Amino acid sequence: MTNRYVFLYASTMVIIVALVLSGAATLLRPMQERNMRLEKMQNILSAINIPATRAEAEELFDRYITVTKIVNYEGEEIEGDAFEVELQDENRKPVEERQLPVFIADVDGENFYIVPLRGAGLWGPIWGYLGLESDLVTIAGANFDHASETPGLGAEIADSSFEDQFIGKRIFDEDSNFRPVTVIKGTAPPDDPHRVDGISGGTITSNGVTNMLRDGLKVYKSYFEKLKTS
Amino acid sequence: MSDNNNQQQSEALFSPKNKKLLTTPLGKENPINVQVLGICSVLAITVQLRTSLVMAISVVAVMGLANVIISILRHGIPPRIRIIVQLTVIAALVILVDQVLKAFLYDVSRQLSVFVGLIITNCIIMGRLEAFALHNKVWPSFLDGIGNAAGYGWVLLTVGFFRELLGSGTLMGYKVIPQFMYDLGYENNGFMILPPMALITVGVIIWVHRHRDRSLVDVS
Repeated sequence: MTNRYVFLYASTMVIIVALVLSGAATLLRPMQERNMRLEKMQNILSAINIPATRAEAEELFDRYITVTKIVNYEGEEIEGDAFEVELQDENRKPVEERQLPVFIADVDGENFYIVPLRGAGLWGPIWGYLGLESDLVTIAGANFDHASETPGLGAEIADSSFEDQFIGKRIFDEDSNFRPVTVIKGTAPPDDPHRVDGISGGTITSNGVTNMLRDGLKVYKSYFEKLKTS
Repeated sequence: MSDNNNQQQSEALFSPKNKKLLTTPLGKENPINVQVLGICSVLAITVQLRTSLVMAISVVAVMGLANVIISILRHGIPPRIRIIVQLTVIAALVILVDQVLKAFLYDVSRQLSVFVGLIITNCIIMGRLEAFALHNKVWPSFLDGIGNAAGYGWVLLTVGFFRELLGSGTLMGYKVIPQFMYDLGYENNGFMILPPMALITVGVIIWVHRHRDRSLVDVS
């Protein structure tokens, strides 16, 4: 077995493997993208506490999410499909140029506003959706997920026991100053509308959630204020 | 032991020797119970029976195919890069399995998360390629792959069965412990959900296994 043979063998193998894998990826992509869309719908619905299985996600999404729109930093509406906006790309732009998606739900006559969030955990990105009641102050529900936080520690942010703490908390204080919810180390006083319990052993991920809430909601401030006065 | 089946061209598909390839990994040479390989994934994905089942099927597919491919290529593989070739074949198959799961079983694929990718590092697979498929014909290699993967799979399923039953009171996601048991004060054992209990369950399986097969004890 000469070196020539070894090199030829290795190169041919790599090319064949590459062809097979890219073929499979192209073939399966439409189905995978559909699954991701459905999961996004499930997550958005779960931010206003509507549980949906993958099968019913599309139907429930169409029934409850009546308006989707994109706004900018000034709170003005801009053209585009809010569902297709990737926050990952938007967060790299300067705030003035960002497209900010808003999903407006109508549940039995009551309006809810859902905004997407994205931030950094300990090992990778974390993201989520926050549902606000029609007063645009009280949190109706939250849904978080993560790419690679430690199971049992940081990964607990995706658990409903963590997410449910946010229900009823407020993102503006009594004087209408912007004050998002902070995840604190230890136990938050139960009647404090701006703080929730952190996760033991998951402090960096908890801080990531705090930062994500602050940065992610800050950009919507003008839009919310505009809505409140109108 | 290169090509030791060469002389027996007309050997029956399920000759006693071939059957043995399939059955010994289930018991006497079980990769988990006896060789104690692949423990990492046993701890990680056996909280539910469903994930255990999908993992077991994935490993059966990867291992059967990898053994067949390596066996077909065995005369051409340059010995100096054989480990790299094996790894490439395994990695390609695992990526295929991962893509298929993402397309057709998205929820399960999310639960298994990184552990599908980590099949690549499952030492059982590469162990069998190196020890068996590289020196044997296609059909025996296929049987050996399926046998070892099944030996891994049944332990995975047993652990998953007990962890889900005792930890969550469900099986495959369906409630099996009736409500009146809870009313009488029965509680799900939260310990079973944690990884250490998988280790203890495997330990119990090994114990029962060795109790029934005395030849495994006192190998010295």
